[in-house]
Amino acid sequence: MTNDTVLQIEDLKTYFYTEQGEIPAVDGVTVSLQRGKVLALVGESGCGKSVTSYSILRLIRPPGKIVGGKILFFPSDGVEPVDIAGLDETSDALYSVRGGHISMIFQEPMTALSPVHTINNQISEAILLHQDVTPAQAREMAIEMLRKVGIPGAERRIDQYPHEMSGGMRQRVVIAMALVCNPEILIADEPTTALDVTIQGQILKLIKDLVSERGTSVVFITHDLGVVAQVADDVAVMYLGRVVEKSDVRGVLKTPLHPYTMSLLQSLPGLGHRGARLPAIRGSVPNLTDIPPGCPFHPRCPHAVRGRCDVGDRPALRTFSNGGQAACVRVEEIHPHVHEVGHSNDPRVAPATV
Amino acid sequence: MTNSTPAPQTPLLQVRHLCKYFPIMSKGFARKQIGAVKAVDDVNFDLMRGETLGLVGESGSGKTTCARTILRALAPTSGQAIFDTGDGVVDLAQVSEKDLKPLRQKMQMVFQDPFSSLNPRMTVGDIVGEPLVIHKLARGKELQDRVDEMLLKVGLRPEHRQRYPHAFSGGQRQRIGIARALIMKPSLVVADEAVSALDVSVQAQVINLLADLQDEFNLTYLFVAHDLSVVRHICDRVAVMYAGKIVELAESEELFENPRHPYSQALLSAVPSIDPDIKMNFDIGGEVADAGKLPPGCPFHPRCPHRFEPCDKVVPWLEPVEGSTTRTACHLYIPPEKIAAAGAAQAGSN
Ligand SMILES: Nc1ncnc2c1ncn2[C@@H]1O[C@H](COP(=O)(O)OP(=O)(O)OP(=O)(O)O)[C@@H](O)[C@H]1O
Ligand SMILES: Nc1ncnc2c1ncn2[C@@H]1O[C@H](COP(=O)(O)OP(=O)(O)OP(=O)(O)O)[C@@H](O)[C@H]1O
Ligand code: SF4
Ligand code: SF4
Ligand SMILES: [Mg+2]
Ligand SMILES: [Mg+2]
Repeated sequence: MTNDTVLQIEDLKTYFYTEQGEIPAVDGVTVSLQRGKVLALVGESGCGKSVTSYSILRLIRPPGKIVGGKILFFPSDGVEPVDIAGLDETSDALYSVRGGHISMIFQEPMTALSPVHTINNQISEAILLHQDVTPAQAREMAIEMLRKVGIPGAERRIDQYPHEMSGGMRQRVVIAMALVCNPEILIADEPTTALDVTIQGQILKLIKDLVSERGTSVVFITHDLGVVAQVADDVAVMYLGRVVEKSDVRGVLKTPLHPYTMSLLQSLPGLGHRGARLPAIRGSVPNLTDIPPGCPFHPRCPHAVRGRCDVGDRPALRTFSNGGQAACVRVEEIHPHVHEVGHSNDPRVAPATV
Repeated sequence: MTNSTPAPQTPLLQVRHLCKYFPIMSKGFARKQIGAVKAVDDVNFDLMRGETLGLVGESGSGKTTCARTILRALAPTSGQAIFDTGDGVVDLAQVSEKDLKPLRQKMQMVFQDPFSSLNPRMTVGDIVGEPLVIHKLARGKELQDRVDEMLLKVGLRPEHRQRYPHAFSGGQRQRIGIARALIMKPSLVVADEAVSALDVSVQAQVINLLADLQDEFNLTYLFVAHDLSVVRHICDRVAVMYAGKIVELAESEELFENPRHPYSQALLSAVPSIDPDIKMNFDIGGEVADAGKLPPGCPFHPRCPHRFEPCDKVVPWLEPVEGSTTRTACHLYIPPEKIAAAGAAQAGSN
């Protein structure tokens, strides 16, 4: 870990308690976000990306609960780090984290927008809650922000209702709302998945500009590896509630270490020639109530070895000579050019953790 | 999905001047029509037997409406969809409801959402066998055998027959939807975003399955999708739609290597490459077209970096691009004298 970390998630566990039993949606996730960088969380549906991001803002509601770990936030004003996971539900500290320091763009724009209020009402409200300005000033700030996110005719649009806008425009309104308080950290949960590629490009550019112009740090959640390649500095790949590989973006996409990451990349169409069979991953993602023993990927892994991969605890994340980390016991056999250079500072690595 | 047997090139389907307009009504009590959404506007193409034609374009460009209008799930506003039944041709746009019913067996649709398109209260066996029951084509033991056979074909097991859809993963549900579509042995399969909701690892399995079934049954696919890398992988030819019209129709390789229409170029350049060292085009500018409020002339002209004098006046039409099999609807590729003649004609008709 370099010392310019803005967010350090350590061994986060968020479980849901349902009729089917305990669901370990996030089960020991350790990642850190560097100041002014974009960290991508990737993985297939249900692997725990959204639950991780909701946990950061303490938005987990029953039957879910953060049952372990730390979420350390290092504000830029140099004051003491805050453990968000430990804050009291009603504390001022949590209120200011949510209202100003960390903002979130939700997966579905309509969940963040009220259908019965105008755009002005909604953005101004966010401003007035946290900044000492008049409603007229708040309106001016809101218009300015709509312009920045590329909404044409912002003066006119500001008095419209969400249903009068296209999906791409609504998503930009949500982004404007998230940015209006000038957050230090932006959590963007699949912000472009529902959009056309041409509009997606505009939004990705906006986020990149934010990082370079304001030094905002971003947690970017997506399952689209192309988007990852274009926006991320660092990447954490999740599988069944755990991080199985992390590295910088080139490491993960160009020289992946973990067989799951390798298989994902190979199963993408467009690499081999047209019409050829795609090297699909066998089987499907197992249920969280029924996680395979040993390495949870072993039933689908082309490199699995009986007696090593299917027994014991899940493999620890280990750090390798190319700078990447992967949770696989066979990394150095599969990639003879790398060797282990020691354990990460991941507390999961300590033996005998469950 | 190329077809290795060089079948005689008779089109399975010929779409001609197909239009589907939705009325825009005024608000208030005395509702009257004040305009039209030209969701599909003068669409023309041929679909060859055994080929896979991709239909791509941004959200709202009319892909789903086009597919549904061809299958007569929507009544066309005008135009023709001439379908080769095997013993003669019929115009699907004209045929009566009664004559349509037997034809529906030959045309099946696979939907995007494997969760909502299957009836949760029916068992998998009932879902897959239902088309045979509706068309009174099989019952009893024969019905069961055909369902089992189809389940095996799509990689499910006969004992899955008793289970309900909720007990299956997304990829498995999509297989159930495919089994249901194929049990009628259709000649034409319309897949509307059939793999879009699936995770990458499962998506690859379903794409492979579609390819295998195409080989086995000589299926013809109309493949509607917004994921261009999937389209590139499986389609022989691709039609690019913009604002209700086909703006480029090309062989797949040709389109991806050498897109001609400025919209096709913008679309392809905006696809994020998974190589971090290949930068995508982040900002092609402008808003997605609104099919209810199209600009005059070329519908892409407000966003087009190449627009020139005739573009905001004359509507371009699909013209062959010289020295290629591609056809595109852009004035850059149309001789000036033709544009001028069309401009005069279009002005006269308004
Ligand atoms: N309220 C809840 N009750 C029970 N289980 C839940 C609840 N919310 C989430 N989960 C479970 O937690 C797991 C992780 O869900 P999460 O939404 O984080 O996935 P995701 O990675 O964001 O997936 P997607 O790509 O589909 O958005 C899922 O398996 C889900 O079933
Ligand atoms: N039943 C309807 N009534 C009115 N307008 C409709 C109806 N169905 C579709 N439209 C309009 O027709 C246009 C084309 O819609 P269509 O669903 O065919 O687009 P699409 O290309 O399939 O988009 P997507 O990629 O989002 O699925 C849109 O402007 C849409 O709003
Ligand atoms: S530990 Fe074994 S099963 Fe798991 S990813 Fe590595 S090789 Fe595959
Ligand atoms: S016709 Fe004109 S505006 Fe339309 S795509 Fe071609 S150059 Fe651009
Ligand atoms: Mg999610
Ligand atoms: Mg559609």
